Amino acid sequence: MTKHPQALKVVITDDETPARSRVRDLLEDCASSFPIELVGEAASGRELLALLAKTPADVVLLDIRMPEMDGLEAAQHLLKLPDPPSVIFTTAYDDYALKAFELHAVDYLVKPIRLRRLHDALTRARAITPLSLDVLQRIAPEPRKHLSVQERGKVMLIAVSDIRYLRAELKYVTVRTATREHLVEESLSRLEQEFTDQFVRIHRSCLVAKAHILGFEKDAMEPGESHWTVMLNGLDEKLPVSRRQQHIVKEFGRNLL
Amino acid sequence: MASINQNPTATLLPNFRNLGVMLRMLVIITALTVIAAMLKSSSWSGFLQQWFAIAAVVQPIAILSVLLLGASNSWLHKLEYRAAVVLIVFAELAITLLVLRFGALILESEMEDAGRYVFFSVATTLILIGYFNLRNRALSPALAEARLQALQARIRPHFLFNSINAVLSLIRANPRRAEAALEDMADLFRVLMADNRDLAPLENEVELCRQYLALEQLRLGDRLQIDWHVDNMPKDALMPPLVLQPLLENAVYHGIEPSIEPGVVSVNIYHVRDQVHMVLRNPYRKDGSHHAGNKMALGNIRERLALHFDAEASLRARVGDSEYEVHITIPYVKADE
Repeated sequence: MTKHPQALKVVITDDETPARSRVRDLLEDCASSFPIELVGEAASGRELLALLAKTPADVVLLDIRMPEMDGLEAAQHLLKLPDPPSVIFTTAYDDYALKAFELHAVDYLVKPIRLRRLHDALTRARAITPLSLDVLQRIAPEPRKHLSVQERGKVMLIAVSDIRYLRAELKYVTVRTATREHLVEESLSRLEQEFTDQFVRIHRSCLVAKAHILGFEKDAMEPGESHWTVMLNGLDEKLPVSRRQQHIVKEFGRNLL
Repeated sequence: MASINQNPTATLLPNFRNLGVMLRMLVIITALTVIAAMLKSSSWSGFLQQWFAIAAVVQPIAILSVLLLGASNSWLHKLEYRAAVVLIVFAELAITLLVLRFGALILESEMEDAGRYVFFSVATTLILIGYFNLRNRALSPALAEARLQALQARIRPHFLFNSINAVLSLIRANPRRAEAALEDMADLFRVLMADNRDLAPLENEVELCRQYLALEQLRLGDRLQIDWHVDNMPKDALMPPLVLQPLLENAVYHGIEPSIEPGVVSVNIYHVRDQVHMVLRNPYRKDGSHHAGNKMALGNIRERLALHFDAEASLRARVGDSEYEVHITIPYVKADE
């Protein structure tokens, strides 16, 4: 694998060492017919994002089932990069994912990967249409474990479990953790759908993390008309609960949330 | 090797040494004495009196029968079914007459309804033999089914493909390890494809588990650590095959794969008097998301244990804060000499 100026820059992502070494062997075989440069290997989605922040790549070979952050989630965060690489998923056996890939014409390789298939996929790689966030979200069977924002050419990850609340602004959603705020370009209703088990809507424009709710308080600032506010772990801010969502106060009391 | 399906006698005649079978016999006999007492009496106090009188004769017969049948179990199973049935009926007749004779000696008077007891005894014997015959017939398709389930539940495609991938990745760099891995795979699949109705020695199962874990270690490396405590295991204890291996597969799938950090799977096998205990532990995180499959495997194993050991085997799963534990108890049964 020479450092040819036009070499295709490839990154391998797999949590299993032998799986990575097998792909490495196959890439070497492919390199005899066109220039390929292996720019790095990663053992998880997180490592991949860190690697790409430093070393840009043309193609990522991405395993689906990995601990901490699976391939489908990593692919979604990748799209935040200024010049996202093409993604070719690799998977050993996952009927669900394969069906979804067929349906949305996403590129994938079934393990054990055949030299011929890898060769073809890489030849096409530069022409691969970038994945759309929309498709990836539809394919992913589970909610993401992180949200991501782009900051100075890097993808920054925010663990969903750290988030206190999500509030819709004009075009963005404010993501509040105990320490700071981030702006993400996603829609609140989409986030509500994805994280329906972890978040609850307290207001037309606000979702709070169930796990961080400390309690509810009657706020009687304005005389005559009191309303409920929610207190969150680690935040001084009290967020108003709208009249329509007041039933959640009762549900919280009965441990139904 | 003890087999559940060797000859018709083995299938139709129950295992008289099984606690579940003994209990069933005693419960049915007692139920019949209650019915007899009800038929003979008109009032509540009369019923109790009658029942005690009947039980005083029937219970010694029942207990003696259970003991005698238990003692002659393996011998009875070698006979032809009809011969065994005839022998059992005569044995029961003898026990009944003996108990009646003995009772007469104690009471110093002849039992007035001795004839009725003899009839009751023979009838109950026939009813019980018929009952166990039907029950075993009803269960034998279940045993065939159990074999099938064992097959289907075991071959998790996930594992098959992962192993093939791991071996492929070794071939160029380390051909010898690749060879060893393929040998392990061959052994594993030989057992997976075998007719798994027969009980097999515990040491075979443990060997199978070692081969399986060696394959998993190929691809998971240091992430999979195994803690064996099997030095005191009864190697000759018989158990249904593929009970521990699928549980270890679960342990790897749910306990090791979801984390980048190394995790320990521990296997602890020992015996306390007549019981063999097998305890498997693996790390566990509450946010794990594949649960249905796990319950299916547990249900399948529990069913097979029950088919082979009835009430004498148990499987308990416990979820701790950071640990998952499965504890299996089976009776310590050795292969016939």
